[in-house]
Amino acid sequence: MTAVQRRILIASIVLLYVFGFADNAYAMHIMEGYLPLSHSVVWSAVCIPFLAIGIMSIRKTIENNRKTLLILVMAGAFSFVLSALKLPSVTGSSSHATGTGLGTILFGPAAMCVIGIIVLLFQALLLAHGGLTTLGANTFSMAIAGPMAAYGIYALCKKLGVRKSAGVFLAACIGDLVTYCITAFQLALAHPAETGGFLTSFEEFLGIFAFTQTPLAIIEGILTVIVVKGLEAYAKPELTALGYMEEGK
Amino acid sequence: MKKNGKWIFILVLLVAAVAVIPWFLSGFDIPGSDDAAGKAVAAIDPDYKPWAKNIIEFSGKNTETLLFCLQAGIGAGILGTGFGYLILRKKNRKGSD
Repeated sequence: MTAVQRRILIASIVLLYVFGFADNAYAMHIMEGYLPLSHSVVWSAVCIPFLAIGIMSIRKTIENNRKTLLILVMAGAFSFVLSALKLPSVTGSSSHATGTGLGTILFGPAAMCVIGIIVLLFQALLLAHGGLTTLGANTFSMAIAGPMAAYGIYALCKKLGVRKSAGVFLAACIGDLVTYCITAFQLALAHPAETGGFLTSFEEFLGIFAFTQTPLAIIEGILTVIVVKGLEAYAKPELTALGYMEEGK
Repeated sequence: MKKNGKWIFILVLLVAAVAVIPWFLSGFDIPGSDDAAGKAVAAIDPDYKPWAKNIIEFSGKNTETLLFCLQAGIGAGILGTGFGYLILRKKNRKGSD
């Protein structure tokens, strides 16, 4: 083991310790039964075209280069880990990250929709976290809106010539925040306040989610940069095939 | 690569710092933000009753913690295996060059 490897190992053990002891309270997704039936149906319907595009997009990527499948699985696993890690936050509540930034940057937002649904289904069925009736709404926020925002930010940074790692950081970070803003929006739409209506509710929910989420979004950004750096070093052929890295660079 | 390793180390420490500091500030008593959302729903819309329940309910808090750890474990295992494969592949290529 080299000195660098040893340092990384120690740091990761520290991380594990921190995450492992964080209090596990419910967080993030809209809970089962908290959206009226009509809302559940509409949000699910909205997701279907995205899902179809996502499946086609993944199939095309894999057909072009079979080796990218490994990277796709790793991007999925990354989302799996991050959405399982609950971190305490400044407002004294705990919440978790989304981990959708990595897959979005490498495979595009459509592919991330498919991965996101798998993660959400797993959590709804086996972890009693989120739920089947709110799956559509949660998919829209975490697997569609978040990744789209992340992709937009990443593309913008690329165009402006911002450093690649900075672009990755911003994309993952803002994608995470957008996810929670959409969640607040969905909840407010379903539960407008009696006085003040939708806007008052929206502010209320946004207050709960947004402040909790800001430090988490920063963490998500940093972790995404770490994994992208690792992939840049060891998976050059795949990243080139995906169009993330340029030939001969 | 060595420079990269150093950077990654600094970044990981930064993550740990952002994760730990609020924990200390809040005095180790951390409710979830979904819980807060549930309470807010009850305050805004007192007549609303959640009409569906999760298929499985956990009796103890520890079961849930365990399952979340399992999820993180599965993900981390796959990630680690992937990186292991990629790192070894690069090493072998260098050896055969």
